[in-house]
Amino acid sequence: MFQGLRLSFGVLAVVFLIAPLVAILPLAFTSSLFLTYPIPQLSLRWFDELFTAASWKRAIFNSLVIGGGTTLLATVLGTMAALGLRSWRLPFKGTVRTLFLLPMVVPAVVMGVGMQVLFVRLGIASSYLGVIVAHTVVAIPFVVVSVIGGLGGIDQRVELAAASLGASPLTVFRRVTLPLAMPGILSGAVLAFATSLDEVVLTLFVAGPNQRTLARQMFATIRENISPAIAAAAFLFIVGTILLAAIGLLIRARIKARRGV
Amino acid sequence: MSGTDRKKHLGSLALIAPLLVFIAVFFLWPLATMMSQAVSDTAVLKLLPQTAAASRGWDPETPPTAEMKAALAADLQAVDDRQALGDMTRRLNSAQAGFRTLMSRTTRALRSEQVPDLGEIDERWDDPRYWQAIVGALSPTTDRYLLAAVDLERDVSGEIVAMPETASANRAIMLRTFWVAALVTVACLAIGFPYAMLIASTDGWKRQVLLAAVLLPLWTSLLVRTAAWFIILQDNGLINTILVGLGLTGGPVPLIFNRTGVVIAMTHVLLPFMVLPIYSVLVSIPDNLMRAAASLGAHPMRAFLRVLLPLSLRGIASGSLLVFMTAIGYYITPALIGGAGDQMISSVIAFYATGSANWGMAGALGIVLLIVTILLYAIYGRLSSAEERRG
Repeated sequence: MFQGLRLSFGVLAVVFLIAPLVAILPLAFTSSLFLTYPIPQLSLRWFDELFTAASWKRAIFNSLVIGGGTTLLATVLGTMAALGLRSWRLPFKGTVRTLFLLPMVVPAVVMGVGMQVLFVRLGIASSYLGVIVAHTVVAIPFVVVSVIGGLGGIDQRVELAAASLGASPLTVFRRVTLPLAMPGILSGAVLAFATSLDEVVLTLFVAGPNQRTLARQMFATIRENISPAIAAAAFLFIVGTILLAAIGLLIRARIKARRGV
Repeated sequence: MSGTDRKKHLGSLALIAPLLVFIAVFFLWPLATMMSQAVSDTAVLKLLPQTAAASRGWDPETPPTAEMKAALAADLQAVDDRQALGDMTRRLNSAQAGFRTLMSRTTRALRSEQVPDLGEIDERWDDPRYWQAIVGALSPTTDRYLLAAVDLERDVSGEIVAMPETASANRAIMLRTFWVAALVTVACLAIGFPYAMLIASTDGWKRQVLLAAVLLPLWTSLLVRTAAWFIILQDNGLINTILVGLGLTGGPVPLIFNRTGVVIAMTHVLLPFMVLPIYSVLVSIPDNLMRAAASLGAHPMRAFLRVLLPLSLRGIASGSLLVFMTAIGYYITPALIGGAGDQMISSVIAFYATGSANWGMAGALGIVLLIVTILLYAIYGRLSSAEERRG
């Protein structure tokens, strides 16, 4: 009896967790104007809409530009800081690290109000730079955590050995530390891109009509005229997530393999 | 500190500095801006710049000077924003009764060609009390947004009093925010705790599947998940199609644009934050403890209550805090799945900031939300650092 209860609870919980993600996928291929089942006929019209309608095309382009900019900025800043935090022995270290993680905790709406007012004053409101900067703030914690995690696994004796054999600090960094830290940096970059791709709230506050991202466009479409283009966009998101997760798993496997050696 | 140590130290500092500057400028400065919006109030100052200059150094106990009266007359003549003038009059009237009639009489008189002295229009303009109200409103800082955020205001004598029932809405919205967050936390706990126990008690591929079911939604875009719930919950959505198809209900059950939908969707979104902390605590409990309890004759229920539950309490507390803290700041899911009566504090902040350009109120409510979140995070941080020390 208990076993049966356990099994049915497990099945129900897994269905609750996964069913919504599965339910939206087939609707990407509906020929109907509405986001409802049953699907009258399979069709690719909504993907067609996604890649030809000006607003969606523009949104996809914006998401790639802003996501790329965010990834670059967050990964460079976050990696440098994580490297600095590694060898920094000061009582402030914990405080600084908490500060870097705080954007993950503060509600986006609260940051959004401040950024909206400040960015107008700084002259970067409704600009690509403004949106990239805003997204970078929320992407930083993911990069810092993931690079610190990656660096934690490096055996510092390897670096000492390289230095004792006469390598300059720069060479040690370039030839030893950086390659070992690369998996952590890459997974941080992937997370930064994913964060930017999914960001809506800050975008609502700081972006102008020209910087509408894919996520922002989806938000507006769900709110105003729910159309199956949403499902097609969601399909792309989910496929993208699976690809990114696969890359992440590959990176992790590489770390494991290296540790094994 | 030796020379090489110092050099290394400076090197680390140079690596950290760029991010430190970035975070200070684009994270801390916006937060400070948001807070200063909540206490800054230059609406009256912008309308009456000459009056502000003329009344500098005026002793509030003495009658107004002729310059002040002339400056106010000039300022009032220059006003072309009737909306702003109305707002100002309402504010002055709440500080000093009688301003409404005084203002309308004065602006009417000022419309004539020949501008008389204000004292001739109405003798109240020689009364220092009216000028005290103006000077008070000219101050660039105010606490009225902060007070209004918790449904308080200042009465005529400057005392802090509760707003009338009809005007107060923010306290109700905060209570609603906490209530929805609490409902979501309880729902997450009710599903998440047994689920975490289930993962911890299985192994092999079963554990992988159960874990993947938690991680996959976590990795999926929040918008995609919200859109998915929209599809499932709508009147002709999946659930209602099934219910009506099976003949269980006569018509569609309202599941969207109401509280039920918000709680269901938010529970789905936040469930991983409950399962993962509890799971990580549960796997660290050696399973021979339960066997020991059983071998000593404890009923499984008793063993659960006396052994497993107390040991996993820390994970439950972390998970609940994490879910509650995230839930009170939620914007997207309530905005898309909820109805007008389910909007939480974030939606109200967004409305003030983007809908009605009232950054004072947006900032004041933002401060409330920020304080609550930081407090919860501090408790969470303490819990998890205690956890680390134990481990």
